[in-house]
Amino acid sequence: MSLTNTVTAEDLIRISGVDPSKCMQCGKCSGACPSYDEMEYHPHQFVAMVRKGQIEKLMASDAIYQCLSCFACLERCPRNVEPAKLIEAVRVAVIRQQGMNHMTANDIPEKLDEKLPQQAIVSAMRKYSK
Amino acid sequence: MQRIGVFVCWCGSNIAATVDVKAVAEAAKHEPGVVFSTDYQYMCSENGQAMIREAIKEHRLTGVVICSCSPRMHEATFRKTAVSAGLNPYMVEIANIREQCSWIHKDMAEGTEKAIILARAAIAKVHLNAPLVAGTSPVTKRALVIGGGIAGIQTALDIADAGFEVDIVEKAPTIGGRMAQLDKTFPTLDCSACILTPKMVDAAQHEKINIISYAELDSLSGFVGNFTAKIRKKARFIDETKCTGCGICTEKCPSRKGLNDFNMGLNTRGAVYIPFAQAIPNVAVIDSAQCIHFRTGKCGLCEKNCSAGAIKFDQKDEILEREYGAIVVATGFKPIDASAFNEYAYSDSPDVVTSLEFERIMNAAGPTKGKLVRPSDGKHPHEIVFIQCVGSRCTEDATKGKPYCSKICCMYTAKHAMLVREKYPDVKVHVFYIDARTPGKNFDEFYRRAVEQYDVDYIKGMVGKVSVEQDHLHVQGSDLINNEQIHINADMVVLATAIEPDPTARALGTMLTASMDTNDFFTEAHPKLRPVESPTAGVFLSGVAQGPKDIPETVAQAGAAAAKVIGLLCKNELTCNPCVAHANEALCNGCSQCERVCPYGAITYEDKEVRSPEFRGIKRIAVVNGAICQGCGACTVTCPSGAMDLKGFSNSQIMAEVDAICR
Ligand SMILES: Cc1cc2nc3c(=O)[nH]c(=O)nc-3n(C[C@H](O)[C@H](O)[C@H](O)COP(=O)(O)OP(=O)(O)OC[C@H]3O[C@@H](n4cnc5c(N)ncnc54)[C@H](O)[C@@H]3O)c2cc1C
Ligand code: SF4
Ligand code: SF4
Ligand code: SF4
Ligand code: SF4
Repeated sequence: MSLTNTVTAEDLIRISGVDPSKCMQCGKCSGACPSYDEMEYHPHQFVAMVRKGQIEKLMASDAIYQCLSCFACLERCPRNVEPAKLIEAVRVAVIRQQGMNHMTANDIPEKLDEKLPQQAIVSAMRKYSK
Repeated sequence: MQRIGVFVCWCGSNIAATVDVKAVAEAAKHEPGVVFSTDYQYMCSENGQAMIREAIKEHRLTGVVICSCSPRMHEATFRKTAVSAGLNPYMVEIANIREQCSWIHKDMAEGTEKAIILARAAIAKVHLNAPLVAGTSPVTKRALVIGGGIAGIQTALDIADAGFEVDIVEKAPTIGGRMAQLDKTFPTLDCSACILTPKMVDAAQHEKINIISYAELDSLSGFVGNFTAKIRKKARFIDETKCTGCGICTEKCPSRKGLNDFNMGLNTRGAVYIPFAQAIPNVAVIDSAQCIHFRTGKCGLCEKNCSAGAIKFDQKDEILEREYGAIVVATGFKPIDASAFNEYAYSDSPDVVTSLEFERIMNAAGPTKGKLVRPSDGKHPHEIVFIQCVGSRCTEDATKGKPYCSKICCMYTAKHAMLVREKYPDVKVHVFYIDARTPGKNFDEFYRRAVEQYDVDYIKGMVGKVSVEQDHLHVQGSDLINNEQIHINADMVVLATAIEPDPTARALGTMLTASMDTNDFFTEAHPKLRPVESPTAGVFLSGVAQGPKDIPETVAQAGAAAAKVIGLLCKNELTCNPCVAHANEALCNGCSQCERVCPYGAITYEDKEVRSPEFRGIKRIAVVNGAICQGCGACTVTCPSGAMDLKGFSNSQIMAEVDAICR
């Protein structure tokens, strides 16, 4: 049932490039977050819980979809921890874990659009396929 | 041939755990000239030193090699040991097998091999050592204190009370520093001016203290005991000897746009002004950028109204040259620029102020005469939010802010919160904090009083955003303990902005060759054991210039710095370092290159008569003043003819070491 227990804090740290040990738990990120009231876990908790290895709870929470990816938390953090990237990593881990590939290489031609930057396709492939 | 003794120290297990000390002593025995070699647990101990003394006598040693810790640690100890056994102290060499060997190696075989090589190099050097005799230099019995805040004032008073002359060079028109701007002071809540101004007066009236205000250090030469400073006394366009401080000019001046720095720019002042009522010296100064006379050639109202005839529009900067034996750096701090933190709307609303601005608002002599009002409309505020740690405790890689804790802001924020609640019990006060850092005598009690007696609402968490709305500021922050995001409609927001060293500190550090850390705070010679001395001999540190601290700590450090200065100025002469440069007259051709690189100005040239196989006659030759030369070696590597050499570190000695290492 639970595939999630194979995702470790190290995985999330590697995917996001975030170092949660830099966090001083000041709460400025959560003070800035426009989606605070919707989210079960708040940006500073994501950082603390990854540090403590409580990954399952995060992966199971709707909070990862309520985050707006507005980057306010990342912008304001005095210690450059970048919580938004960590939340993004949890989201990515969930998608990868469940094998819910939203995209295969074959889907690409029909999605191509002149205005779409190439980087967006590459990052979509990274995010939505294993 | 020298008769050399080698002494290998274990340093307990510091060396012996990674270096086979017996093997080192054994290997040394086979080096040329070594007549005695041994190892011992603690060479620096009384027993260890006795062992060295006995060996010198018994084996008639002419040179000694100690394989031990860094020479910075015990070179002086072992030189004294050699002297007490009748040997010249410069016949002792240290092979550093601790910091440069045992501490950085894990493998015994590697560590031992390297220790043997280091010992061999030191032995090779001793073969070429010659006895050196140190000269002496006199001490100028006067101190220079740079910066006239509470740190500089206290240091100057303590030095002067011991009977030595002190000059205080202060860049502002008055002494007093930041403390003069404060309202009340924690932890006792006594009025800042009431305890500071008597000290300012004491300094001004002390017969041994000379205050040089509106002045900065222009250049410095010399060395400990013998500094020569050029001080630029900026033109204040007022004759200090005539001005009585009556203040008529400041009232008559029609130019009213200059920002009042003393009030943190919260109001304006005339182009001619006296910073505050108790300024010392109590003399006016003209801000030429604001003065109408300087811009149009007209006006001159101050001149017409000054009955003392003190206005001098043609005054120029003046350079004073003074000699000193010691220098104290007391240049203090400034709050960082809060406008970088646009999430707190500092630039968007006058109702968002820094703590130092808030001190001025609360101060009876400030722009609002001590009445707490909203800067935007002068109305009474009903709710105030204080935010701690603004720009402090940020990482090095963060886009803004400082990596350190500013140390004073938890306490002064508790003070502000309490003072507001005391004077205006109707005002709600919130403090957002990450940690309440209140170590210090009566400090935590003080903070608890704010919470328990004054009912200040302390919220653990940070503000994420302040937005300006119609008639209030919307503050959004997190309350970590209640696990909620909170929203407060405040009338004012006060930012406890980080403090940083005065912007002139970096240039001053370069001038004094005094080292500083990456944040531009001056570094102490040893963080624990020599906290008020700079690593540069003769330069001492006092106050926030060395690191964030409050007034009690500043005053304690100021006294400590004074004690060190007094210790130096009490001496009639200082022993010089005999390891100085000298020019080989046969090789030097007076090209002047060494003079240009010498950072201490120790080299001059003389026409000398030279008789050598290659040349006979008068020749221009470099002469090094041994009292000024610090033995840095810049000239020896610059000299194109190889004429410059350093005693104790000659080119041949260094090459002998290199050869021994590469053998
Ligand atoms: C908002 C606020 C509230 C505070 N409240 C308290 C309190 O309640 N209690 C308490 O104990 N502490 C308090 N402090 C701390 C206190 O202000 C400092 O501890 C104290 O001022 C340090 O004194 P200083 O002499 O080292 O530095 P400063 O006061 O900064 O003095 C330095 C002096 O050197 C001069 N200077 C700088 N560079 C040069 C140069 N190159 N050449 C010549 N002169 C130069 C400056 O003009 C200045 O006069 C507070 C600080 C702030 C910011
Ligand atoms: S990126 Fe997500 S967690 Fe961060 S502030 Fe925006 S909504 Fe909140
Ligand atoms: S310059 Fe003249 S008018 Fe101005 S304060 Fe001095 S004495 Fe008074
Ligand atoms: S003293 Fe307090 S407010 Fe100031 S930086 Fe340190 S923790 Fe923050
Ligand atoms: S070593 Fe050379 S450069 Fe250095 S102070 Fe002496 S003479 Fe000058």
